[in-house]
Amino acid sequence: MGAGHAHKLYRHGHSPVHALPPHCKLAAVLCFVVAVVSTPREAVWAFALYAVLLAGVAAVARIRPGFLLKRLVIEVPFVAFALLMPFVVPGEQTELFGVHLSVPGLWGAWNVLAKGTLGVAASVILASTTELRSLLLGLQRLRLPPLLVQIASFMIRYGDVITDELRRMSIARRSRGFEARGVRHWGALAKTAGALFIRSYERGERVHLAMVSRGYTGTMPVIDEVTASRTQWAHAAALPVLALVVCLLGWTV
Amino acid sequence: MHVPDGFINAPVSAVAGVVAAGAVAVGLRGARRELDEKTAPLAGLVAAFIFAVQMLNFPVAAGTSGHLLGGALAAILVGPYTGLLCIAVVLLMQGILFADGGLTALGVNITVMGVVTTVVAYALFRGLTRVLPRTRRSTTAAAFVAALVSVPAAAVAFTLIYAIGGTTDVPIGKVLTAMVGVHVLIGIGEAAITALTVGAVIAVRPDLVHGARGLAAPLKLRVDGELVDAPAAAEPAPAAARSTRKVWGAGLAAALVLAGFVSFYASASPDGLEKVAADKGIDEKVQEHGAADSPLADYGVKDISDARVSGGLAGVIGVGVTVAVGSGVFWAVRRRRTPEAPETRTPESV
Repeated sequence: MGAGHAHKLYRHGHSPVHALPPHCKLAAVLCFVVAVVSTPREAVWAFALYAVLLAGVAAVARIRPGFLLKRLVIEVPFVAFALLMPFVVPGEQTELFGVHLSVPGLWGAWNVLAKGTLGVAASVILASTTELRSLLLGLQRLRLPPLLVQIASFMIRYGDVITDELRRMSIARRSRGFEARGVRHWGALAKTAGALFIRSYERGERVHLAMVSRGYTGTMPVIDEVTASRTQWAHAAALPVLALVVCLLGWTV
Repeated sequence: MHVPDGFINAPVSAVAGVVAAGAVAVGLRGARRELDEKTAPLAGLVAAFIFAVQMLNFPVAAGTSGHLLGGALAAILVGPYTGLLCIAVVLLMQGILFADGGLTALGVNITVMGVVTTVVAYALFRGLTRVLPRTRRSTTAAAFVAALVSVPAAAVAFTLIYAIGGTTDVPIGKVLTAMVGVHVLIGIGEAAITALTVGAVIAVRPDLVHGARGLAAPLKLRVDGELVDAPAAAEPAPAAARSTRKVWGAGLAAALVLAGFVSFYASASPDGLEKVAADKGIDEKVQEHGAADSPLADYGVKDISDARVSGGLAGVIGVGVTVAVGSGVFWAVRRRRTPEAPETRTPESV
């Protein structure tokens, strides 16, 4: 992929967070999320501290809060589930604005909302400060099986191509006056999916032949090995270490 | 159905992660046999297809629409191993890039939406195609049933994981009813679309449908005015049979592992539930729910009322055993894979 092909999730920048090696960032985010998830939900202040930590990272990475908040929308379906909890969970009841709510349900909803939101925010910061390609290199560096990384990189590389193909088919359908309105139109949509599968599979075969003709033997050569110095690891470790401290405080205090 | 962080507690997420890692390892091994060295480009493109097809919205009624989950479709079109691998990659990328589904819940997501759907769908599909006559229509029908069952099966698996490691004590009967109820509806849509899609692909390129490999009629030659069987080049049927046995084995192993850690774990979580049940007297209601819906609910409730072992200890033992079993499987698979690697590279069967 040449220049100008960066994914829309990625925000180009030159901040210290952008400059960190991808595998350090991946490990840091994973450790941070693990710390968040294992914090007891009663320590409400701990989650506020986590949010402050993330806000700090976002500020260092020069990500605007609006962008971050917009990406948090992905969480909405589970927010709906969480909002149901106070009504369906049995247990001690409390009254809030004249509505009967259960206390364990409220705690559960808080737990899911707080931890889920922090996890999503951490992933969003990771995705918007790391290029897709280097993210895959980072995964490989973290000892994910090379075949899996190859599959993932093909998926990323051709994801937009296949999605565009789907969009073109939809434009073609609509320009012929088709509009899917109900169950009766499923047949046409399924034929679209079938055609898309055949095109994807055949494209895969063509890609493979093209690769074989250029000397592919089942493994990809690693051209740019990502390495991390001790200082970079130390910088990346700042977030999870602070989170771990907060987590431990949450258990003891 | 992407589970976010904090929905399932940390130990259970870790166990699910180990199960998912083992399944992906098995998938990698199997996919290499299904696709040879074409694995990476083909599986990558199929993953991109699954990713794209999940964006295809199907209008249901009155403005609502659903989208395909794709587990059953992938398993039937490209085979269970590659299908599982593709779904796992899609979920991994969705988790890391789109923050859709938590990073710590990745294991849960892959186990529920990848392993359970593909294994259930493919096992059912294989079983049905073996029983039904070998026609295109029966292949489509088998795809329908497989997809129809795979979605509620994933819902049941999610409920099971939720019962063991859910962070909130929602009565399991209620969760099961809600999840299975909603997902039966989703499953009908998924089944219809999957069957129609499989039918559409079979109509154009039957050779691409992994599940329909047995459909091809043997080639006949007319020699001296008489039909004679052509010398068969490669018989695909034995390969399919071998892979089903592997699928059954994998399903059995997964079930055993799940049951193993369920029975250890069921005693850990119900303390809160039991207390709530005793406080509010809702346990009769829960039991009613469980008995009404499925035997699974029955087992869950039975386990819960039997819980006497101190929770934490049982949990630690359960996690330990499962981690040991899981990593044992992982290592066994890995060790067997290494010496095989040079072999698979030789293009012996194309």
